[in-house]
Amino acid sequence: MKKLLQRIPDALLRILVVFAVIVGSILSIRYIIPAPLKDAQVHIKSTVDREMSRAIRYAGSDVCASCHDEYNIKKGGYHRNLSCETCHGAAKEHTENPTETKPRLSRMREFCSGCHTYNPSRPTGFPQINPVAHNPLKPCVVCHNPHDPKPPRVPQECQACHAEIARTKSVSPHVLLECTTCHNVPQGHKLAPRVTRATIPSERKFCGKCHDSDSNVKDTPKIDLATHGEKYLCWQCHYPHMPEVE
Amino acid sequence: MERRGFLKKCFSFIVSGSVVGGFLRRASARTEGYDPSKHYYGMGIQIEKCIGCGRCVEACKEENDVPKEPFFFRTWVERYVIKKDSEVSVQNIDTRIERTVEPAIEKDVLRSFFVPKLCNQCENPPCVQVCPVGATFKTKDGVILVDENRCIGCRYCIQACPYGARYLHPEKETADKCTFCYHRITRGLLPACVEVCPTQARVFGDVRSSASPLARFRRMNKLHVLKPFLNTEPKVSYSGLDGEVR
Repeated sequence: MKKLLQRIPDALLRILVVFAVIVGSILSIRYIIPAPLKDAQVHIKSTVDREMSRAIRYAGSDVCASCHDEYNIKKGGYHRNLSCETCHGAAKEHTENPTETKPRLSRMREFCSGCHTYNPSRPTGFPQINPVAHNPLKPCVVCHNPHDPKPPRVPQECQACHAEIARTKSVSPHVLLECTTCHNVPQGHKLAPRVTRATIPSERKFCGKCHDSDSNVKDTPKIDLATHGEKYLCWQCHYPHMPEVE
Repeated sequence: MERRGFLKKCFSFIVSGSVVGGFLRRASARTEGYDPSKHYYGMGIQIEKCIGCGRCVEACKEENDVPKEPFFFRTWVERYVIKKDSEVSVQNIDTRIERTVEPAIEKDVLRSFFVPKLCNQCENPPCVQVCPVGATFKTKDGVILVDENRCIGCRYCIQACPYGARYLHPEKETADKCTFCYHRITRGLLPACVEVCPTQARVFGDVRSSASPLARFRRMNKLHVLKPFLNTEPKVSYSGLDGEVR
């Protein structure tokens, strides 16, 4: 072996080494370094392909309608814009294998109260309850059908039209007051609500019946009407239907 | 070999080689029925509709295998409470705790609301600029993706994102972020968060389309984006965004 190397001229040997290095580096660039590292287009395409081929978990609610009648009940109710999977959870597996995998069913109070517990950050009028006061420990589904949720009794009188106010009032300190305690509702208001209007308290004395420092009513926040609030009527600053009324 | 013959062979080699190469490239560019250059995605978020239920956060984690711990998010919901002394407090909605607490009736609240957040899929993404290995890039349809094979987990992009939309995936040890559910939208489905949102606070679609829920959202509302002064040009726009939101 040594003799063979000695017989090759020195210059040729050097050239061979240089040649081997060049060929080696070309081969390694071509075959060992993976393509996505060399070409940005290939790299982007491989990532996009990988992202596109990921598994879907949420099937989308159009699929549910083909088997489940509840979909049609839901269409007419207040939950019409909810996707089935909002409550039932990811159901792609269930659509592929309907008998073996079942989507979740949440009958717990905690599940409904995730959306419907009173929270001052929620939009005004969104149906909310105080779970401590609202039939404690009773599962929601006893009174409300989740596919067509509505109050168990048809809203009568004022709240048939003023549902948003009724809902905010129901979690406010004024919950026990009737609407007619503060509002005078003429019979005509029910027939032509925009022509004949219900009244709103037009005197500070009216709120003062409970909230003036002279008042005999117990456990209400009291102020001195003579010095408090200047020229304004009470409800111009304190919105009496809201839970945060002060 | 004659000089003429040599040149002829050279010429024919170049021509035939480029023809074959062209065919190969065209074949590789063809994908199954989805043309990214025909789409350009965006999202709209209506603050005044968000009830802060966190179903979007849960669905996102389920769909995209985001770790369940409450500090890894592709999308999250912040609760802003602005007190009367103009003190602002921001809380991240923890979907696991929120379900069990009693209604939060707070005093001294001036205004309060929820802000859903996610990757803004910026037109000028700072995270793409800083990546030292080119692992993150913008696709033709306007979504910023991360190549998890190329990412070295250096966290530069997490630092660079002005919206805090990225996190380091604890198992993969690579940067991870919202992809607008790229595997869903390229198959004609909605992103998981939009699919499950019970109040349609999130609207998804093509920013270039002339008639779509997103086009309607963008026409009918006064819009704003987060941190416009950074010139990142987010593709997620908000309606009803308060000035205190950072």
